[in-house]
Amino acid sequence: MAEEADLLGQDSDGDSEEVVLTPAELIDRLEQAWMNEKFAPELLENKSEIVECVMEQLEHMEENLKRARKGDLKVSIHQMEMERIRFVLSSYLRCRLMKIEKFFPHILEKEKTRREEEPSTLSPEFAFAKEFLANTETYLKDTALKHMPPNLQKVDLLRTVPKPDLDAYVFLRVKERQENILVEPENDEQRDYVIDLEEGSQHLMRYRTVAPLVASGAIQLI
Amino acid sequence: RHWFLLRNQRCTGAYLYDRLLRIRALRWDYGSVLPSALRLHMSAEEMDWFNGYKKSLLPLAGDQGLDITQDMKPPKSLCIKVRCLKDYGEFEVEDGASVLLKKHSQHFLPRWKCKQLIRQGILEHVLS
Repeated sequence: MAEEADLLGQDSDGDSEEVVLTPAELIDRLEQAWMNEKFAPELLENKSEIVECVMEQLEHMEENLKRARKGDLKVSIHQMEMERIRFVLSSYLRCRLMKIEKFFPHILEKEKTRREEEPSTLSPEFAFAKEFLANTETYLKDTALKHMPPNLQKVDLLRTVPKPDLDAYVFLRVKERQENILVEPENDEQRDYVIDLEEGSQHLMRYRTVAPLVASGAIQLI
Repeated sequence: RHWFLLRNQRCTGAYLYDRLLRIRALRWDYGSVLPSALRLHMSAEEMDWFNGYKKSLLPLAGDQGLDITQDMKPPKSLCIKVRCLKDYGEFEVEDGASVLLKKHSQHFLPRWKCKQLIRQGILEHVLS
């Protein structure tokens, strides 16, 4: 991978800031996003820039390999690396897709309230969620609901489809030192249970407490 | 009485939704074309749902040359040993060489080339 050390330029949306990543860092970021997505109970922010850059990188690698000498050991190692990267990328996208399917009414509801800011779900995923909703509603209606008495013919999907369990416990590793994290709010028996998170330490906590830190990248789910 | 009706509605809803989830799993196991034995067990509306699901999956699953319905398990090696289950004919591998896939013949082929054929049941991964 060190041979392919072209630096990638990347424009973050709207700003003219250039964030330049080496391929190794990019793959690192992809793996972090992948693990976070796997262990978080809710759908995290879409890292489409990482996905696009990784796709570009894979294409570069393929082109380089085509030009390389045949039978070279490096070729098989690189091919193996490419397969692995492809797997991580596929797994990441599959994980997101499964979460969208699981929580589709809640995600669509959240998107409706977010329209003024930038949408957190990439348009293809949003379109997929909408189609999935329409499809499922049509199916339920045609199969069962139209045979039911009139006052039962609507099913409120927001209530019947379970919400993501934000109180699930997750393992995490701290990347940036955090101070004064409120674990339990003050109630009758105890005062505020507040802790400091040291860099490099590992914890088991409720997801709800650390959700904003995962989004900002200060914490890695493991 | 209304409560009983609601309960019945929820039970039917749960049953139908569970069927949908299983059909969805079929798409990921078998690919776009379902074996006819399975299709017999599905109602017309379920086929419609399945087709709709397939269609909405396409832009996501196959975009930019990355088919996410492949690569379900982490790759262990570049080439895998496969045995041919049915006669398939000529199969082209990378450097233009082609391999004749006859029943019971064994080959050592690049993994990504074989995936599709393994799915279709033409090749079989040999683990020995």
